[in-house]
Amino acid sequence: MTTQEWKFTAKDIAEKPDLFLAGHRACAGCGPATVFRMIMKATRGPTIVTEATGCMEVVSSIYPYTSWAVPWLHTAFETSASNASGIEAALKIMKKKGRLNHEHVDVIAFAGDGGTYDIGIQALSGAVERGHDFLFVLYDNEAYMNTGIQRSGGTPHGAATTTSPAGKSIPGKLEYKKPIADIMVAHNMPYVATASPYYWKDLMTKVRKGLEVEGPAFLHVFAPCPRGWRSDPAKSMEYSKLAVESCVFPVWESVNGHCQLSIPSKLISLAPQKKRPVDEYLKGQGRFRHIFKPQNKKLLVDVQRMTDARWECLLRKCGETPKTA
Amino acid sequence: MQKTVKQEMTALAGDQAVAYAVKQSDVDVVAAYPITPQTIIVEKFSEYVADGEVETEFVCVESEHSAMAASIAASATGARAFTATASAGLALMHEMLFVASGCRTPVVMAVANRALSAPLNIHGDHSDSMAQRDSGWIQLYAENSQEAYDSIIQAFRIAENLDVLLPVMVGLDGFTLSHTLENVETLPEEAVKEFVGVRKFPNVLTHNGKTAPFKLDPANPMTMGPIALQNYYFEFKRQQEEGMEHAVNVIQEVNNEYAKISGRSYGNGLVEKYCLEDAEVAAICLGSTAGTMKTVVDDLRQEGIKAGLLRLRTFRPLPVEEIRSALANVKALAVMDKCMSFGGNGGPVFHEFRHLFYDAAKRPYIVNYIYGLGGRDTSPRELRSIYETLQGILQTGCVEKPIQYLGLRG
Ligand SMILES: Cc1ncc(C[n+]2csc(CCOP(=O)(O)OP(=O)(O)O)c2C)c(N)n1
Ligand code: SF4
Ligand SMILES: [Mg+2]
Repeated sequence: MTTQEWKFTAKDIAEKPDLFLAGHRACAGCGPATVFRMIMKATRGPTIVTEATGCMEVVSSIYPYTSWAVPWLHTAFETSASNASGIEAALKIMKKKGRLNHEHVDVIAFAGDGGTYDIGIQALSGAVERGHDFLFVLYDNEAYMNTGIQRSGGTPHGAATTTSPAGKSIPGKLEYKKPIADIMVAHNMPYVATASPYYWKDLMTKVRKGLEVEGPAFLHVFAPCPRGWRSDPAKSMEYSKLAVESCVFPVWESVNGHCQLSIPSKLISLAPQKKRPVDEYLKGQGRFRHIFKPQNKKLLVDVQRMTDARWECLLRKCGETPKTA
Repeated sequence: MQKTVKQEMTALAGDQAVAYAVKQSDVDVVAAYPITPQTIIVEKFSEYVADGEVETEFVCVESEHSAMAASIAASATGARAFTATASAGLALMHEMLFVASGCRTPVVMAVANRALSAPLNIHGDHSDSMAQRDSGWIQLYAENSQEAYDSIIQAFRIAENLDVLLPVMVGLDGFTLSHTLENVETLPEEAVKEFVGVRKFPNVLTHNGKTAPFKLDPANPMTMGPIALQNYYFEFKRQQEEGMEHAVNVIQEVNNEYAKISGRSYGNGLVEKYCLEDAEVAAICLGSTAGTMKTVVDDLRQEGIKAGLLRLRTFRPLPVEEIRSALANVKALAVMDKCMSFGGNGGPVFHEFRHLFYDAAKRPYIVNYIYGLGGRDTSPRELRSIYETLQGILQTGCVEKPIQYLGLRG
């Protein structure tokens, strides 16, 4: 089945059985859980999933229960991509030797921001360089949630975590979010995309594209964590929308190095007046509460400045001319 | 005895012998990263791949950590997987070694035994694999290149045995074996293929109540490497220990079966006894040291000294009963350790030998010899001095220095 054949309508989605099953132990309003369910809905056939240690691994595989209706492997925190390498190599040779009962099996490797930006980046870079045919999904909840909300290379500037607390002299994380998707584009890989679950159709189409592409694909998915963000569990999808509308997390894809804004972000580039100020996205999230204190005004200005700078850089990469509202 | 198959005599270094055995064993996936003195294995295997001589996916990974992860994942998918490493590479794999045994993936690995940093040293000792003693891997140590070749072939059968289902590492002494040309008799490829067979899988219960082969297969979704907490983890670990217990018999069976096609066996597969029947003084060692030790024992025997040697081929599982019965009449024993256990009152093999005699009917005097660290050469004369010390102990009835360093300056 190709992207064209499957339209990702609500009807299509309802008809397709779930492969990430209910009964997992994620918190109410867990963004990653929604993301996983959508991604598994978008698969196209026999699929093997491998996953790094982290919240989603832990909530979905508590023995003797499982939320996985597909074959699933976990080995360690930093090994999602190296697992995928081994699985893909095994599938390839078993097929050649006539020991595989399927025409083709897709391989999806999931990892959180810790398992991708930080401890897993070497294995990911190696697997992509070797050109294994797999889809790597980074579900980005912007901290090490499983171990109690510690900062990662994906934690945004200013956010308070348990290892970058908002203290009297240091107001949360001082460093900026690592541009992981750009790093993956720099690998000259065939497909890199960012997505946000509020735009579910965009997300699911990108999953399918990532699977269809021959060779490695990288999908960076925004995934709000109410527990770690100290945010209202009912608002995870709202934050998924605001992150895109404020250009904190623009959605785009890079096909064979050709970079293009996806529709939700494209609309903002066409009508810059629709771009929301970052404070609309930040407010309500406990991890950013301190930013709104008068003494941290500079920090808020800096978050806006950096967001704008990265957005303009992206626009240029996508061949768009930055316009001001 | 069944007639053995016709074999070919080739001059091979230990590493080459290993690569050749892997080539013949119908291995599906090799994921490896180079490190001295294992490099020849990956290089030689890369040549087989480049020349189209093997049907194997060679994954030239970016680290040993990934080599082990990819091997585990390939094995979980149903492939026969092999890797090789040494020293720092094995240390880097440490985390994943426990995952391999815990996931019951029968990965086979050659370890060209080498010292650990610091200071950096590329030469042979057993610090690397001894540090992985409790990782749940079966550990075999080869005496020569021939045995390295034979042991790799046997390792697939041992690891994949459904009563075992544990990863196996085969140690070969860095440089002494890995890089030294020796005559090696090799079996024809068909004979090896037939011996190792096609990998089998146990049937296990899946989450939806079916029984299915234990592997990642979209036809029978299975969750592998889950989180298991206070209520199940312990049982998983106990089952792993059962695999080790079964391995004691399986290693012997495989050794016997292999002897039928090759004419070669290594003791009973667990321990090799040399002049032990009436020995009063004996040494025990692992790996290539046994070669020199045997000539020393021969010399001593010529002189009428009742000397013997026990070579421990299988270090994990520790063949407790076999060791006890082999050494039942020995009065003084020297345990050789090519490894240090810092602050541990002796080397790791020494610890094990002392403990297994604790409740034996008769206990020999036991001395520990730590030797050969960082590839320090050990001469026949030094080895001979061990037996002389043991004889002295028999005369005085007293072990003056239970822990000794052989060939150490100053
Ligand atoms: C080698 C290693 N170091 C540390 C840990 C502890 N640990 C487990 S999960 C985790 C954080 C996971 O963070 P992330 O990848 O962002 O996933 P999340 O839990 O946020 O979904 C850490 C630090 C580990 N399991 N292994
Ligand atoms: S801590 Fe966050 S990511 Fe983890 S399960 Fe809860 S909401 Fe989901
Ligand atoms: Mg995270």
